[in-house]
Amino acid sequence: MAKRVPIHPLPLRIMHWLNAIAIVVLIGSGWEIYDASPFLPFTFPQWMTIGQWLGGAIAWHLAAIWLLMLNGLFYLGWGIASGHFRRKFLPLSPRAVLRDTAAALRFRLPHEVGVYNAVQRLLYLGVIALGILAVLSGLAVWKPVQLWWLSDLFGGFFISRVVHFCAMTGIVLFIAVHVLLVALVPRVLPAMITGGRLPEPDGREVRP
Amino acid sequence: MKSFGLDRRKLLGRALALGALGSLSGCDFDHPNHPDLADRFLRAMSDWNDEVQAALFDPRTLAPTFKPSQITRPPRFNAFYDISQAPQVDAATWRLALTGRIGDKRPWRIGQLRAMPRESQITRLICVEGWRVVGQWSGVPLHHFLRKVNADLRARYVSIHCADGYFSSIDMASALHPQTILALDFLGAPLTAPFGAPLRLRIPTKLGFKNPKSIVALGVTNTYPGGYWENQGYNWFSGS
Ligand code: HEM
Repeated sequence: MAKRVPIHPLPLRIMHWLNAIAIVVLIGSGWEIYDASPFLPFTFPQWMTIGQWLGGAIAWHLAAIWLLMLNGLFYLGWGIASGHFRRKFLPLSPRAVLRDTAAALRFRLPHEVGVYNAVQRLLYLGVIALGILAVLSGLAVWKPVQLWWLSDLFGGFFISRVVHFCAMTGIVLFIAVHVLLVALVPRVLPAMITGGRLPEPDGREVRP
Repeated sequence: MKSFGLDRRKLLGRALALGALGSLSGCDFDHPNHPDLADRFLRAMSDWNDEVQAALFDPRTLAPTFKPSQITRPPRFNAFYDISQAPQVDAATWRLALTGRIGDKRPWRIGQLRAMPRESQITRLICVEGWRVVGQWSGVPLHHFLRKVNADLRARYVSIHCADGYFSSIDMASALHPQTILALDFLGAPLTAPFGAPLRLRIPTKLGFKNPKSIVALGVTNTYPGGYWENQGYNWFSGS
């Protein structure tokens, strides 16, 4: 019997879902924190925020950030060291992105098991970059005195807040597209939970 | 046990509904003797964040200073009550009481404080809510004052109590920071009631709520003193 090769290795699955938990808590509590001093002409309705009041929201936010940062560091370390990023996200060319986007919009983008198409690659690399931006701008908002160089890098306290908000917005847009894509191709979901199984070397495709 | 939510069960319910905290679902939140796991978790993380902030705190890093033209005018009043309810303290009869690990506990009159060397600063006050204002304060550096009254500078906390019942506390390292002052003047004139007359703490390395107004007592202690907002769930260190 051939060795089972999962589509998504266990560490990746654990990190993906831990990250999803951290992101949901951070976004929900972040909206509550924004509501205490909005800088755009709207606030987030109370029912979609986490933490009940500002103190609770900050407590959730500053608790979940440790999960996001530690998990994120493991993910980046693992992704680079194991060659996962190189194998799964590269190469990535603008031409491939355009081609796959056009195909996806016509619902003609076939899903190859275990391979991310160019749109996915761009989205994943993009959301990783946004996550890093969110952490850095968040640190600048948290410590404008001690981490003054980081605060200065973003252009001061207020612009750090705006950048942090923009990073959140980008991540929310990613989640919308990401979850939509999963909804359109639901058979990719079980593999992200159980690991799934790559096609056997003899060519027979084994459904996860 | 400090409480983080006005209705913690609802708060937790929402987190659970979002699938965020499946690991906490085994708890019986109706039982009064049963520890509230969400509170305990947030408390532990907040304590951990206190330690991280204490480690990040560099006594030589100064808060940014601003030009007179950048001062926020008119100044913004903020408290847990309306401006009309700001405590009216009679400076003539006011005394600053000293408690705890302090050698010379004789109370201070305002004139004695005004006779001390001053430090003036134009710094930014960042509120925990996310807004900020720039103001000009001047007063007695707290490290000067603590030395003058022979306080135990190796104690952990400086606690502060106010005329309106507000209270707060800070770590000794932040208390000894050169920009931490017992402010007497605001915008070039003695403090007015809404802005903390006759004496307030001005500490630009911490968030606004760590700058108590209308101080009536100052203590040095090794026992965690907490604070008005801190006891309700705001992070204690709340450094900037
Ligand atoms: C309910 C929410 C989510 C669902 C159902 C979900 C589902 C999935 C699935 C099925 C895949 C594998 C796609 C494939 O095999 O083609 C995947 C990958 C990925 N997801 Fe999610 N996801 C969710 C939330 C998130 C969030 C919140 C983020 C980050 C902000 C995220 C970031 C990623 C990334 C970066 C990958 C690629 C992982 C890699 O191979 O390194 N996901 N997700």
